[in-house]
Amino acid sequence: MIGGLFIYNHKGEVLISRVYRDDIGRNAVDAFRVNVIHARQQVRSPVTNIARTSFFHVKRSNIWLAVVTKQNVNAAMVFEFLYKMCDVMASYFGKISEENIKNNFVLIYELLDEILDFGYPQNSETGSLKTFITQQGIKGQTKEEQSQITSQVTGQIGWRREGIKYRRNELFLDVLESVNLLMSPQGQVLSAHVSGRVVMKSYLSGMPECKFGMNDKIIIDKAGKGGVTNEAGKSTSGKQSIAIDDCTFNQCVRLSKFDSERSISFIPPDGEYELMRYRTTKDIILPFRVIPLVREVGRTKLEVKVVIKSNFKPSLLAQKIEVRIPTPLNTSGVQVICMKGKAKYKASENAIVWKIKRMAGMKESQISAEIELLPTNDKKKWARPPISMNFEVPFAPSGLKVRYLKVFESKLNYSDHDVIKWVRYIGRSGIYETRC
Amino acid sequence: MRSVMFRFHVCAGEIFELKAELNSDKKEKKKEAVKKVIASMTVGKDVSALFPDVVNCMQTDNLELKKLVYLYLMNYAKSQPDMAIMAVNTFVKDCEDPNPLIRALAVRTMGCIRVDKITEYLCEPLRKCLKDEDPYVRKTAAVCVAKLHDINAQLVEDQGFLDTLKDLISDSNPMVVANAVAALSEIAESHPNSNLLDLNPQSINKLLTALNECTEWGQIFILDCLANYTPRDDRESQSICERVTPRLSHANSAVVLSAVKVLMKFMEMLPKDLDYYGTLLKKLAPPLVTLLSAEPELQYVALRNINLIVQKRPEILKHEMKVFFVKYNDPIYVKLEKLDIMIRLASQANIAQVLAELKEYATEVDVDFVRKAVRAIGRCAIKVEQSAERCVSTLLDLIQTKVNYVVQEAIVVIKDIFRKYPNKYESVIATLCENLDSLDEPEARAAMIWIVGEYAERIDNADELLESFLEGFHDESTQVQLQLLTAIVKLFLKKPTETQELVQQVLSLATQDSDNPDLRDRGYIYWRLLSTDPVAAKEVVLAEKPLISEETDLIEPTLLEELICHIGTLASVYHKPPSAFVEGSRGVMHKRLPAQGTECPDVGNAAGGSAPEAAPSIIPSQGDLLGDLLNLDLAPPTTPAVLLPLVWLPAMKAKGLEISGTFARRAGVIQMELVLTNKAMSVMTDFAIQFNRNSFGLAPAGPLQVLTPLGPNQTIEVSLPLSTVGPVMKMDPLNNLQVAVKNNIDVFYFSCQYPISMLFVEDGKMERQVFLATWKDIPNDNESQFQIQDCHLNSASNKLQGSNIFTIAKRTVEGQDMLYMSIKLSNGIWVLAELKVQAGNPNYTISLKCRAPEVSQCVFQCYEAVLKN
Repeated sequence: MIGGLFIYNHKGEVLISRVYRDDIGRNAVDAFRVNVIHARQQVRSPVTNIARTSFFHVKRSNIWLAVVTKQNVNAAMVFEFLYKMCDVMASYFGKISEENIKNNFVLIYELLDEILDFGYPQNSETGSLKTFITQQGIKGQTKEEQSQITSQVTGQIGWRREGIKYRRNELFLDVLESVNLLMSPQGQVLSAHVSGRVVMKSYLSGMPECKFGMNDKIIIDKAGKGGVTNEAGKSTSGKQSIAIDDCTFNQCVRLSKFDSERSISFIPPDGEYELMRYRTTKDIILPFRVIPLVREVGRTKLEVKVVIKSNFKPSLLAQKIEVRIPTPLNTSGVQVICMKGKAKYKASENAIVWKIKRMAGMKESQISAEIELLPTNDKKKWARPPISMNFEVPFAPSGLKVRYLKVFESKLNYSDHDVIKWVRYIGRSGIYETRC
Repeated sequence: MRSVMFRFHVCAGEIFELKAELNSDKKEKKKEAVKKVIASMTVGKDVSALFPDVVNCMQTDNLELKKLVYLYLMNYAKSQPDMAIMAVNTFVKDCEDPNPLIRALAVRTMGCIRVDKITEYLCEPLRKCLKDEDPYVRKTAAVCVAKLHDINAQLVEDQGFLDTLKDLISDSNPMVVANAVAALSEIAESHPNSNLLDLNPQSINKLLTALNECTEWGQIFILDCLANYTPRDDRESQSICERVTPRLSHANSAVVLSAVKVLMKFMEMLPKDLDYYGTLLKKLAPPLVTLLSAEPELQYVALRNINLIVQKRPEILKHEMKVFFVKYNDPIYVKLEKLDIMIRLASQANIAQVLAELKEYATEVDVDFVRKAVRAIGRCAIKVEQSAERCVSTLLDLIQTKVNYVVQEAIVVIKDIFRKYPNKYESVIATLCENLDSLDEPEARAAMIWIVGEYAERIDNADELLESFLEGFHDESTQVQLQLLTAIVKLFLKKPTETQELVQQVLSLATQDSDNPDLRDRGYIYWRLLSTDPVAAKEVVLAEKPLISEETDLIEPTLLEELICHIGTLASVYHKPPSAFVEGSRGVMHKRLPAQGTECPDVGNAAGGSAPEAAPSIIPSQGDLLGDLLNLDLAPPTTPAVLLPLVWLPAMKAKGLEISGTFARRAGVIQMELVLTNKAMSVMTDFAIQFNRNSFGLAPAGPLQVLTPLGPNQTIEVSLPLSTVGPVMKMDPLNNLQVAVKNNIDVFYFSCQYPISMLFVEDGKMERQVFLATWKDIPNDNESQFQIQDCHLNSASNKLQGSNIFTIAKRTVEGQDMLYMSIKLSNGIWVLAELKVQAGNPNYTISLKCRAPEVSQCVFQCYEAVLKN
């Protein structure tokens, strides 16, 4: 299991050091600093073995978090734990920076004591941790409160406490998608996928039972076969259903129920959380198409022309559009002309950055640039990195639609109709690249 | 308030100041002082001098202060054991606190204090906490048993904590179950042969129920534990798989990977024609692909595992090639792993896409990545014959770029393509020759020289080219020198008239001017061949070459199976068995995939891999073995001889105490027989004994029973029963034991060696079929052969059985008696032996096979001792 956890600043000074196992000595702290943080070459693996001791590390801004062990631990668990630890710290004191860590080191030790026991991850839900790890200490609790805390920490529904009350029962659903594309210069899609998340903010009283429905092909087919939905229901949704390749759920969702009935039912945590993640690869709406044209004019000049076309309903508006056209390292000067928005050559980033604030669907825009090059005798060719793009669109490129979110709370007197529900779709660019 | 200083040196003045603050009356000041102490501790400064003052702050109702003091205690208690006792009272009191959080905190911290005297006091509170009404306390106590076991395994067994822990598996709270499973798994790992985790269908059912309800971490513990179970038949296996598959949709990647591990293992038992088998295969692909959208570090772990899965069951991901395409911004470690998997998945169906990608990668910046991409193109050519031509032309394009390392890498792979498809692509040789001057890496130079030599008859100026290499012969690396020697000899055999001078030159360079024995030997062999029989030389040097394999870098099947059982863990990331990087006994246990069906013990075949090659020693077929069994004489075993006591500690070295002794195994218990003699003038009392960590975890099972004082010139014989559950550390020699004996005068140290036969356990008789399978399964590298000389015996097997060496079968081949034997060591290591006895020959030959080959030497010594006695 996990033998110890160290946190270092960018210089390699230890900020936090907590050892859980006897086989980890003080020299382990130094071994990691010397061999990884101060290493001459860039570290080429997140797992390093130094003298029969294994180190796992992640970096957050310029802070290093390292887990050390001498055993054959579950590596995936260690990384999941490190990410979780970062989340917990961030939710307690914001950004993970040297200063915040120093100012909160007592809190961090307290958290580490609770989250890991003898190197075994225990409870890492911020919701329940915050009920008893506070910076003020927990004096003056009644006996009921104490046992409520412990039953929540160890209970089946560790993510929600009892007795939550809201005057207005409300919930917000955000469907956030990032669309990823790799396209060849000829416009052939090499790979495209959407990774989406359904983020929910719920302000609901009591212990509500929720059921979430979307236009997933299998769910709808299943419902159709079972005879639950009638013909009318089928015809409205049948055509627009989408094929989800795979999805993962928050731990509140009953996985066995999803496996057998494909129904997504759960008791939600309070406040904001990620309900599910999913991935689709079929029938993706690619909001933009990039058409590059690069011509080398002699050894010292490049001509670049890039056309972007928006490909969605004309009534919708895309925002925050940014096209990044890489330039060679030996660029000496650039002249740009664009029809819309602003374009600038950024020497420090080796790229022309073209920004457009808004663009409606089914439109087209163009940029052309002349790049002057310094003559070099460098034999190595310019690698021609792909042209990348950023944008935000108000629909889900995968085609996913939320069909319903039903709330049942039998003990309190509010029904599904009393809950105010909001749904929003945002599609963003992930890695959206076109080779040139 | 939060302005705790970090970078200060602890000087005497500061310690003094902190001392004053710690003893202050004001609570706030006290707390701030403890914080400062912890801060210094973190950066590695020694603040142990403040021990009493910090411990004084422990009795407080302020939980935050208490936690800080506990943190300090965990760090320094070991260095100040006597003072740590001061804290015991508070701990014991806190374990009775009405607040469950404080009870749990106390028991959790106490388990982390590794001081013997404190552990004694821990037992009673721990017993209570294991039965506490609050699940939070119980789940903490469960882990505490594992902590205590790490400190003092014997104590945990004596106190019956293991049984209590087993009971917790049926606890009503899922988190308690999960922690109990984790603790038991860890304890069981250090006792491979104990039946601690008694997994049976009932307990499996409990675990599967808890799986649905516990935290993500608990699910990982339970799944990892499930993976150690072997279902009885395919139906049980299927029903477990059905209950595990929902975990594949969990958001935590570790849960997913652990579920994949269970499924990959149990799938092995399902008949391949079953519908469910196909369904399961289909269900596995999407979650594996989803892992690739996780954070880069997790992607790396996932990719290393997918690499194993693809080798074991390529059908799962064969349609998913595109997801392994490299993204421009992937970290380099992700890129390299993706590339590896792409090559494994390349097939005729997708080769066009793969090639286009690889060509793209070959123009990237990172040198290692580019090289690997170029190499990958070559491997595609070898793997998919239809693509060979496209690959070659792609490689030629890359050579045109003139980027030095790309050219060199391309030439190395083209050499392999030539070997795979002889006489097909020689037209490109001319292009290759143009780049001769730019090659500066030995591997590329050697490859180029090989090409020139192999196709000497088609290259007009082959002799000139090779001659140009010859000029700097002594500066070349051995690889190039050897290749050059061979190439010139080939050239000579093909064009003997023009190249006589050249060949003489290279032969003299290799044989006379070189001090590398390999090179000289090869030179002499060629020389003699050429001078005695040129026709034979031609047959030897220009012989047809064996085909090269399509897949490279494949992991050896037995290792692959073991790694599949370790999916998700470090072993799967390193692609090495745990024993390669874990110290102590934990890594010794090898895991194996279950076999399909129950009647087929040969795992190698059942897994669909090729059967391991026949071992060098002759192993009879199963039929013979059964027949031979009837020939065994089943006379009662003779009792083994007892070793004579040796003087371990001379009186001179131990202030008058002389210790001699020996070891014996009686009724399954190892006894250390000690003879203590007092050669001093005064009376000796208060004897005690302790062992250092040793290879097999030997430890005294009780105190040294010397009840009466030992007067001058008195001798006493004591026998000390030993257990094998103590802490483990590999010793050299393996059977070395370091002992400390204490009396009223001083502590004395000595070391002795115990015969390894003491560790042979009574149930070491292996099933015949298991023996066969195991013998095949252990790699041949692990086999060692020894000779036992001057042995005259009638019935070796009876004699050996007295020492718990069990004869399983016997047969006679051409006047030679072959005895097959098995031995099991107390830590669960099996040793298999084959003893060859030839009638009339007093020299016996023995071959030993064992997964831990280190023990072979010791076992042999013990054979020798038993047989000659």
